[in-house]
Amino acid sequence: MLAYIIRRLLYAIPILIGVNLITFALFFVVNTPDNIARLQLGVKNVTPEAIQKWKANHGYDKPLLYNKNKSGGEALTETIFYTKSVRLFVFDFGLSDEGRDISHDISQRMWPSLAIAIPSLMVGLLVNISLSMLLAFFRGTYIDVSGVITGVVLISISALFYIIGGQYIMSKLWHLVPISGYSEGIAGFKFLILPVIIAVVGGIGSGTRWYRTIFLEEINKDYVRTARAKGLSELKVLFRHILKNAMIPILTGVVVIIPLLFMGSLLTESFFGIPGLGSYTIDAIHAQDFAIVRAMVFLGSVLYIIGLILTDISYTLVDPRIRLA
Amino acid sequence: MVWRSLFLISLFSLASCGDGNWNNPYPKADQIANTFYASFDKRPKHLDPAQSYSSNEYEFIANIYMPPLQYHYLKRPYTLIPFSAAQMPTVRYLDNAGKVLASGVDAEQIAFSEYTITIRKGIQYQPHPAFAKNKIGKPLYHDLTSEQLEDIYTLADFPETASREMTAEDYVYQIKRLAHPKLHSPILGIMSDYIVGLPELAKTLAAAYKKEVKTVELENDFYLDLRQFKLEGVKTVDRYTYTIKINGKYPQLAYWMTLPFFAPMPFEAEQFYAQAGLVDKNITLDWYPVGTGPYMLSVNNPNLKMVMERNPNYMDEYYPSEGDPEDAENGLLVDAGKPLPFIDKIVFSLEREGIPYWNKFLQGYYDSSGISSDSFDQAVSITTQGEPTLTDAMSEKGISLLTAIKASTYYTGFNMLDPVIGGLSERARKLRRAIAIAVDYEEYISIFLNGRGLEAQGPLPPGMYGSREGEAGINPYVYNWVNGRAKRKPLAVAQQLLVEAGYPNGIDKKTGEKLILNLDTAATGPDAKAQLDWWRKQYAKLNIELNIRSTDYNRFQDKMHNGSAQIFEWGWNADYPDPENFMFLLYGPNGKVGKGGVNSSNYDNPEFNKLFEKMKNMDNGERRLALIDKMVNIAQQDSPWLWGLHPKAFSLHHNWYTNIKSNVMANNTLKYKRLKPIQRAEKRTAWNKPVTWPLYFMFGVFVLLLLPGVMSYRRKEHSKGYSQ
Repeated sequence: MLAYIIRRLLYAIPILIGVNLITFALFFVVNTPDNIARLQLGVKNVTPEAIQKWKANHGYDKPLLYNKNKSGGEALTETIFYTKSVRLFVFDFGLSDEGRDISHDISQRMWPSLAIAIPSLMVGLLVNISLSMLLAFFRGTYIDVSGVITGVVLISISALFYIIGGQYIMSKLWHLVPISGYSEGIAGFKFLILPVIIAVVGGIGSGTRWYRTIFLEEINKDYVRTARAKGLSELKVLFRHILKNAMIPILTGVVVIIPLLFMGSLLTESFFGIPGLGSYTIDAIHAQDFAIVRAMVFLGSVLYIIGLILTDISYTLVDPRIRLA
Repeated sequence: MVWRSLFLISLFSLASCGDGNWNNPYPKADQIANTFYASFDKRPKHLDPAQSYSSNEYEFIANIYMPPLQYHYLKRPYTLIPFSAAQMPTVRYLDNAGKVLASGVDAEQIAFSEYTITIRKGIQYQPHPAFAKNKIGKPLYHDLTSEQLEDIYTLADFPETASREMTAEDYVYQIKRLAHPKLHSPILGIMSDYIVGLPELAKTLAAAYKKEVKTVELENDFYLDLRQFKLEGVKTVDRYTYTIKINGKYPQLAYWMTLPFFAPMPFEAEQFYAQAGLVDKNITLDWYPVGTGPYMLSVNNPNLKMVMERNPNYMDEYYPSEGDPEDAENGLLVDAGKPLPFIDKIVFSLEREGIPYWNKFLQGYYDSSGISSDSFDQAVSITTQGEPTLTDAMSEKGISLLTAIKASTYYTGFNMLDPVIGGLSERARKLRRAIAIAVDYEEYISIFLNGRGLEAQGPLPPGMYGSREGEAGINPYVYNWVNGRAKRKPLAVAQQLLVEAGYPNGIDKKTGEKLILNLDTAATGPDAKAQLDWWRKQYAKLNIELNIRSTDYNRFQDKMHNGSAQIFEWGWNADYPDPENFMFLLYGPNGKVGKGGVNSSNYDNPEFNKLFEKMKNMDNGERRLALIDKMVNIAQQDSPWLWGLHPKAFSLHHNWYTNIKSNVMANNTLKYKRLKPIQRAEKRTAWNKPVTWPLYFMFGVFVLLLLPGVMSYRRKEHSKGYSQ
C-alpha cells in the first residue's frame, strides 16, 4: 500500500504544476500586473512611477512565463510564474499582495469553515441515512413515493432560496436565532444553528435519494433474503445487515469530501458573515489578490488529491476484497 | 426522527440560554453597554495613515489618528478648526531669496509658503507595547525572541503597554514616511510637487532601502530609521512646533492637514513592527494603528468584526458650543461643552449581504443604517412635492431619516482625444451639447437611484465654494430657468444642435450613414442591462445608435489609460471642500492618457488651464469667485462631460442614537455621537420576542405524519408471511 501511496503522490506533482499553470494563465488573461498594482494603490493620485515601484517591490516587474533578456535556466526562473509558484510546493504561501502572511490567515480562517462544515456533514449524514432507510423500509408505499417527490422538489430549489428563506423565517419572523454573525467558543453555538440547518435541509433531497438507491440495491440481495428467512425482524435486517453493507459506498463518498471541508462554503459564509476560507477566497478574487487566489487553488487541489487517495485507502478498509498495489 | 425534533428544540433552548432575545448577536453582558453597533461590507486594506486613502478605511483610522486640523462638526460651510494643533497654523510667504513677503501678495510672486504648526502639549499616545520599557529604559518588545513570540497572536497578547507624549517630531516623522519606498503612499506624487525636498528624500530612501534589503525575509526585519534622513521642507522647531515649507502658494494644504496622512507617527511604532516574527503573524502597523485620537483599535479581525474602544489617554476635548442657527432647535447643542467622546466602544461587524444587515437594523441590533435600493420602498416614500419621507412602518419604530448631498460627482465623460466625440471644434461641442440635452438625468435619478441624487449643472457640487444656486447656477446650455426651477431644454433644441454639428436626424452628412457612438463600461451582466438599455434609449432620441462596449474593470481601466474609450461613466469624491479639488479634473496637464492624471476625459482647453492655474492658489474672495464662474462657463460650453449627478446620502437612525448631523467632509465624527443604551435594550426586547409556537406545531405535524408509518410497520411485522 505504501508503494501505491508514494506513486499516487508522485502523480500529484505534474497535476499540481498543471493546475498552477492554468490558474496563472486564467488570472493573467484578465489581470495585468499593472491592474493589480492599480487596485492595491487605489485610483486616486496614483502615478505611473508608483505603479512601477509597486510592481518591482512585489515581483510583478518580471515577464510572465519567459524572460527573453535572460539566458539558460534563468529565462524560465526569472519570471513571475516561476518566482510565484516554486515556493507553493513546499507549502510556503508567502505574503498576499496586501502584505499579509497567507499561511497565518489560512490557519486562522479554516476553523470557522470547519465549525460549519463538520456539523453540517455529520447531521446531514444522520438525517439523510435515517430518511433514506425509512423510504427503503416503506418502499413502494405512499411514504416512499411522497418522499421521492419531496426529494426532487428539494433538489430543484436553489441554495440561495434556502439561505434567504431560512434567514427570513427563523430570524426575522420567529426571532429564534441571529440572522448572521459568528463568535468563537460556546458563544458561537447560536450562530451555527441556522447555517447548519440550512445546509442539512438543502442537502436532504440529493442525499436521501442517493442513499435510498444504495439501500434498495442492497435490500434485494441474497444475504438479505437469507436473513429474513432466518426470521429476523425487518428492523434488524435493516440495521444489522443492509446498513452495514451500504456503508461502503456511503463512506467512500464521504471520505473524498472530508479534506475539502477546510475550503469552506462561498455562499453560506458570505450570507452568514462567517470568516472562513470560502469568504477568504471570494475576497481575494474581488481584490484581484493573485497570491491568495493561487495559494487557495493550490491548497484546494492538494486537498482534493488527498481526498482521492483517502478514498482508495478507505475501500481497502471497508472491503477486504480490495487490495492496493 | 423523534430525536431529531427534540435535538432541534434543545438547540434553540441552548441558544436562548441566559439571553432574553434568542436572535441577539451580541453577548448578554453588553445589553446596556454604551456601545455603538455598526457594520462594514468591505474589509479595509490599509490602516497605515501613510497608505490609507479610502472612505471605508477612514471610518476607522480617522477616529484613531490625530492630524493637526479637523472640520467643525456643526458649522456650514465647512470650517477648519484645530485638532491636535494648539491654534490654526500660521503661514508666511517667501520669495526665491527667502525674504518674507506681505500676506496679500499675488500668488505668482510667492516662491515658497511656510506653515508653522504648534501642537497642544501633554497629548499622550494610546497604551501600546511599542512604548513599553524595562527598568533601565530599554524597549521591552523591540527585539523579540522566538520564545517571546510563541504566545503572541494579536497585539492584546503583550502583557505590558505604555505611552508617551506626542511631539512635533512625530509629525515630521510621518511626513517623511510618505516617501518611504515600501509604503507606496498614494499622495507621494502630489505632495512631491509641493513639499520642498520630498522627491529628493524619496530617492535617498529608495537607495538606502535597496542597499540594505535584498530579500523578502530582510524586508520584514528591516527598520529604516527616518530620523537619520533630512527632509528640507519639514523641520522641527521645538518639542511642540514644526514647519512645512512648500513650493509656491497652496492654500489647500490646510485641508490636507485634516487627513491621517499628516497625523503623528512615533518612531517606536515603526521600530516595534519591523520584526519578521510579528510580520509572520500579521501584526503590522498597517493592521494595528498607534494613535492619539479618541478611540483605539482593540480588536482587528476584519473578517468578522473590528472594535474600537475609548482611548484612556485622550486629551481634553469638548462638544462644540456653537453651530448653525437650526442646530439648537434640532437639539444638537444640548451637549455643548461636555467632554468627548460620549460612546465607550464601537463594534463594527462584517456584513457582506444587504438582507441580514437591513434586518438587523430593523431588529435594533445596528444603531444606524444606509438604505439599499431593495429596501428603499420599505423605508422611504416620496411625497407629491418630491420630498423623501419615512414610511409609517419606520416612523412607528421611531426611526429618523437624514439626507445630505455628498461632495461627489458622478458624470459621463467624453474622451476629448476621440476624433468623433472629442476636440474643441464647434462641431464636436454642438454634438456633445445635443447629447447633454437628450440624456435625461432626472429620469435616471428617479429610476435607478430612487430619487437619491441631484442633477449636476457643472463640476462643482452644491455647498462647494464657487457653486452657484438658483438661476445663476444652472447650465444654460442644457437647462432653462422656468417658474423658479431648472427645466431641461426641449429635445428640438438638441435636434437643431445636431443639425448644426453636421448630423441631421443622427445621420452623418459626410458619409450619409447613421452616427454610431460607443459607451465603454465595466457594467456587465443582467443587473446592468436595465441601465444600459436606458442609455441606448437616451441616444436613440437623437437617432444616434449607442454601441455598448462592456468589458471587465481591468480592460476598462486599460482603455481609459490608453485613450481608446469613447464615452464612459466616472466619478469623483472630494478630498476637501475646495473647488480646486474638482476643477483639476478638467485641467489639461492632469490628462489621463500619457500622463496618468485624474482628468479622465483628457479635456485640454488652454483658456481653462490658464484660469485654473490662477484660481487654484488664490484665497477665497470675489476675484476667485469670478474666475470660477468663468471656468464653469467654459466647461459648460465645451461640455467634456455630461455633468451627471451629485449623489444624495440617505441614512436611517434609531431614536436612541443622537447628536447626528450630516458632515460629508469630516471622518472623525463618532466622538460627537451619543447613545441611550437602556432605551435601546428595551426596544430590542420588545421587537425580538421569540416566536416558539411554530416549533411545537412542526413537532406535532411530524408526529402526525409518522403515526401512519409506525402503524403500517407494526401491521407489517405482525402479519403472516402467507395469505389464507
